[in-house]
Amino acid sequence: MTMLTDRQQLSYIAAQAADARVNLELETEGMTLNIGPQHPATHGTLRIIARLDGEQVVWAEPSCGYMHRGYEKLTEVRTFPQVTALVNRIDWLGSFANEVPFILAAEKLMGIEAPARAQHIRTILFELSRIANVSLFLGDLGVQLGAITPVFMAFRDREYVLNLIEGATGGRFHPNFDRIGGLKDDLPAGWIDETRNVMKKLRRFCDEIEDLLFGNEIFQSRTRGIGVIPRDVAMQYGLSGANLRASGVDWDLRRDQSLPMAWNKADWKVWTHNDGDSFARCWVRLQEVRESTKIVDQLIETIPAGPVMTKVPRIIKVPEGEAWVATENPLGEMGYYVVSKGDLGPFRVKIRSASFNNMSITPWLLKGVYVPDIITILASLYFILGDIDR
Amino acid sequence: MARAPNGEVFPLSATETDTPVVVDEVRNAVVTRFSSALGDAVVDSFVKPGDDVWIRVRTDSWRRAGEAARELGFAYFDFLSAIDWMPSPFGRGEDDPTEPAPERDTTIRQGYAGGDTRMQVLARVVDLTTSLGVNLKVDVADDAPVIDSWVSVYAGANWHEREAWEMFGIRFAGHPDPRNMYLPTDFEGHPLRKDFPLLARIVKPWPGIVDVEPMPGGGSDDEAGE
Repeated sequence: MTMLTDRQQLSYIAAQAADARVNLELETEGMTLNIGPQHPATHGTLRIIARLDGEQVVWAEPSCGYMHRGYEKLTEVRTFPQVTALVNRIDWLGSFANEVPFILAAEKLMGIEAPARAQHIRTILFELSRIANVSLFLGDLGVQLGAITPVFMAFRDREYVLNLIEGATGGRFHPNFDRIGGLKDDLPAGWIDETRNVMKKLRRFCDEIEDLLFGNEIFQSRTRGIGVIPRDVAMQYGLSGANLRASGVDWDLRRDQSLPMAWNKADWKVWTHNDGDSFARCWVRLQEVRESTKIVDQLIETIPAGPVMTKVPRIIKVPEGEAWVATENPLGEMGYYVVSKGDLGPFRVKIRSASFNNMSITPWLLKGVYVPDIITILASLYFILGDIDR
Repeated sequence: MARAPNGEVFPLSATETDTPVVVDEVRNAVVTRFSSALGDAVVDSFVKPGDDVWIRVRTDSWRRAGEAARELGFAYFDFLSAIDWMPSPFGRGEDDPTEPAPERDTTIRQGYAGGDTRMQVLARVVDLTTSLGVNLKVDVADDAPVIDSWVSVYAGANWHEREAWEMFGIRFAGHPDPRNMYLPTDFEGHPLRKDFPLLARIVKPWPGIVDVEPMPGGGSDDEAGE
């Protein structure tokens, strides 16, 4: 296998352009537009190379790897408990949710389960991560479409959730709180009352955003019918989370698989939308934040008594085997395929992150759209760069 | 128990039943369906009751396995990656760099559903109506690591195969765009192969390697936690 030279790459781009779904009858001189690596719409260092014909995209592709940190290689030289500090940093807005599937995979291989109280608190912190993550998305969405106000509201109200996460775990962004066999600590006193108040504030935030943004005519005209993903295409590309549900696929790992977590102890709903466009994706996420506040509200009332940690050896050796555990993270399905050889550390960890699959559809989706719609589509697909590059 | 969207109930995990599941008829049926669709192309399979299914197919039938999976209703493409089964000759970076490197056992031992080669490609597809997933494995020849591309079957395999190519050096025949995903074009080597050294670790052992020792006053040596 030889690498492609630059000339080959260019001729490849030209060949792609020739069969792109755009009208080339009125031929104009094409131009290449680089969006990023530093651009407000890229949430980090993602570079989008777009070849344009007038205002239309002929060919576009994200250029990834500016932030690749090699976590899959690094896990091979860490012990199992040390891996959580790495995977915290994959989706940095919902860090706690990254730890959970890895810990569950390790527990599955060891044949142990966290005590009921730990499972319950895990689920609460997991949903708080989702609220912190997706509420920032709702604010950021506005700023990318030209509305400044929502992002300030989002940062204001996300702070309440981060304070809760900090109060329970000690870390605002990287809690590193989940342990094989349970949790590092119990909840602090007064935390549950505080959480109850914050959930009320977050529901008010959702109402505000819905009034301000989703009911806005400009917002609707910028997002409705833009970047439509049909159902079967979404499944072929392995889209997950709100992106999949906005294409009419009723699939949520919190409901559709059974894990030692507490989601089935609350009454909540999985929202779907049949349009598959940018508006649908944003709308499903808004409903998800509301459902998450409901889950948290119900779970904090029913936390069972008992220890938060089961008995595990100080030096953890995980028996030989392979395990796959995926959870419904803020960005979508996040899974770990863990291979253990009975050692202190994993033999191989395949990190299946949601944004990698979610972004892999962009070369297909961006063909033929107008330049401002690139930003809308990227914003509505919602990715975190650390979740693409890992 | 988990509910499928059509209301049917499937036993998905042993965690919800009091007695351990010994025979998993739902997952055994998945293996049977693949065997009847692919015939002798299914080399080996493994079912962990209440957990997951592994199926290993013949190298020349990899694309056919993907097509069969789609026809059998596994329409959701989850991920595709590879595993290098050779234990790392560098260990976990715990050696003293001033000493000569110790001899390590690099005997290759494959995981579930067996295998004959050092490299294996692994893909997971899911049937969203029943919530059942299948891990498909395939051997990749050591001297010429080439395998059929899945892009024509699952369009989403595109980026995953590009990643597997640069990280493991496995070529996907028929891939429309075999460029690197993350690495620079002129990068040499395939980083996730076990014989690719993690240089930072070889130059200086990571201090965290001794972190597993008991904390002061932390009770006995091998038991902890409440």
